[in-house]
Amino acid sequence: MKHIKPSLFKMLGLLGAAALLSINSAWAQVDTLASIKQKGKIVVGVKADYKPFGYLDPSGKIVGFEIDMANEIAKNLGVELEMVPVIGANRMEFVSRGRIDLMVATMAYKPERATVVGIPEPFYYASAVALWGKKDSGLKNWPDLKGKTICGVQGAYYNRRAGDEFGAKLLTFKAAPEALAALEAGNCMGFVFDSTFFAGLAGEPKWEAFAITLPLIDPEPWGMGVRKEDAKFVDYLSATLKEWHKTGFIIGLEKKWGLPATPYLIEQQTKFK
Amino acid sequence: MDSLAAWFKWLYEATGIKLTIFYDHYDRLRFFEGLGITLELSAVVLVLSLVFGVIVTWLCGSSKMWLRRSMGVYIELFRNTPPLVQIYFFYFAIGPLLPKFEGEPILGSLGWAIVALTLLETAFTAEILRAGVEAVPKATIEAAQALGYSRTQVLLRIIMPLALRVSMPALNNNLVNLVKTTTLGYAIAVPELLHASSQIWSEQVNVPEMMIVLLITYIAIVGLINQVMHWLEKSFELPGYGQ
Repeated sequence: MKHIKPSLFKMLGLLGAAALLSINSAWAQVDTLASIKQKGKIVVGVKADYKPFGYLDPSGKIVGFEIDMANEIAKNLGVELEMVPVIGANRMEFVSRGRIDLMVATMAYKPERATVVGIPEPFYYASAVALWGKKDSGLKNWPDLKGKTICGVQGAYYNRRAGDEFGAKLLTFKAAPEALAALEAGNCMGFVFDSTFFAGLAGEPKWEAFAITLPLIDPEPWGMGVRKEDAKFVDYLSATLKEWHKTGFIIGLEKKWGLPATPYLIEQQTKFK
Repeated sequence: MDSLAAWFKWLYEATGIKLTIFYDHYDRLRFFEGLGITLELSAVVLVLSLVFGVIVTWLCGSSKMWLRRSMGVYIELFRNTPPLVQIYFFYFAIGPLLPKFEGEPILGSLGWAIVALTLLETAFTAEILRAGVEAVPKATIEAAQALGYSRTQVLLRIIMPLALRVSMPALNNNLVNLVKTTTLGYAIAVPELLHASSQIWSEQVNVPEMMIVLLITYIAIVGLINQVMHWLEKSFELPGYGQ
């Protein structure tokens, strides 16, 4: 008993100190901008597997639309950029734990997400619904799809609009590869899906004759993520985003990375001009 | 019809049980079209597989070895591979290889589903009929041959009527299996019942309700088939044969 007692107290003492320290560290990190300037670098979480927003180039470097944005932010702050690859499942946790200062990782805005991380507005991008079909199909508007057979992926929320509102005949498959195979085989004359998916296909030779043939509809905005308590950083990023929309910086990036012109960015630019 | 729709809408507002197939025009259309396609697919494949099953059974009993062997290979092939793999293979592997007619493939999803399921069911039906054929007493066949029936006549007039009656329960089992196997069309975008329901529940987020509706619908279809087959068996009864 005599041998154990002191070490038991020691353990409790250490645990108590650790608890106090961890609370302390959470409070201390709320001013990210100050800590970034102090460290001389900004740690940004990005995707490394989603072409063309964040992916690995042949030399193994992470490049992409969102990396360019992160570089611009680092340049404006006058610090170095350190990138940390994240995935959908961990991006919010990384930023709220303080592992990364900022997250720019193809995150669609959802009200539930805004309760976990701080999402500066205006949003920097919006993915939309697109139709991938033959360039010479002669389609001008979505209602032209009436009676035509198009492929889709089961469960997508926009299938209803294509089938019910526009009168298309839908051939839906379990996943995008099957739908693409059917499109290639000629079973349908178009594939309705998320616009950003098609940007990855644009370079491939077998899709030479295909393009996004109809204007994009139903935009879903994307937002950056920072720690929720960090109001100062949110404001700074909001100002940066407004500036980017005004100067057309993001539209320029869109063109650079071969993404289809999203109506959302155009309307944001007119809004902030 | 409208009062039914109104009642289900009330049910959703009062209890949260969402059954949009009764009050939403697009969902209702898809669901009942799906039901129609499932029944159509089952009926077409049943008829075709019975016809081809009889032919294959006849070929299995032929005197030429190469015919017997090739039929054996065909049956083994379609019994040993999973039906889903067969359907995928036909639609995605063989479909693009076939020549196109006016820029479109000759067979769509429904066409390939019929082809794949017919080939599968013919193999099973042939085996079932073979068991029925072997149940016909040798003495009966010899008597028929002694009376001057040709091989085809013996098959059609003596063997098949008896074989079909004996294999009726197994054929009934096969038919029930067929109705359930039509759900595989889901994988190649045949708009049958399961496919339509899965689209509806993804949009309306009413998975448990749609699952129950699906189960009840399939039980109803199969129950109906069982009743019809039971009535058929009763009307085809022969004294002395398995009563």
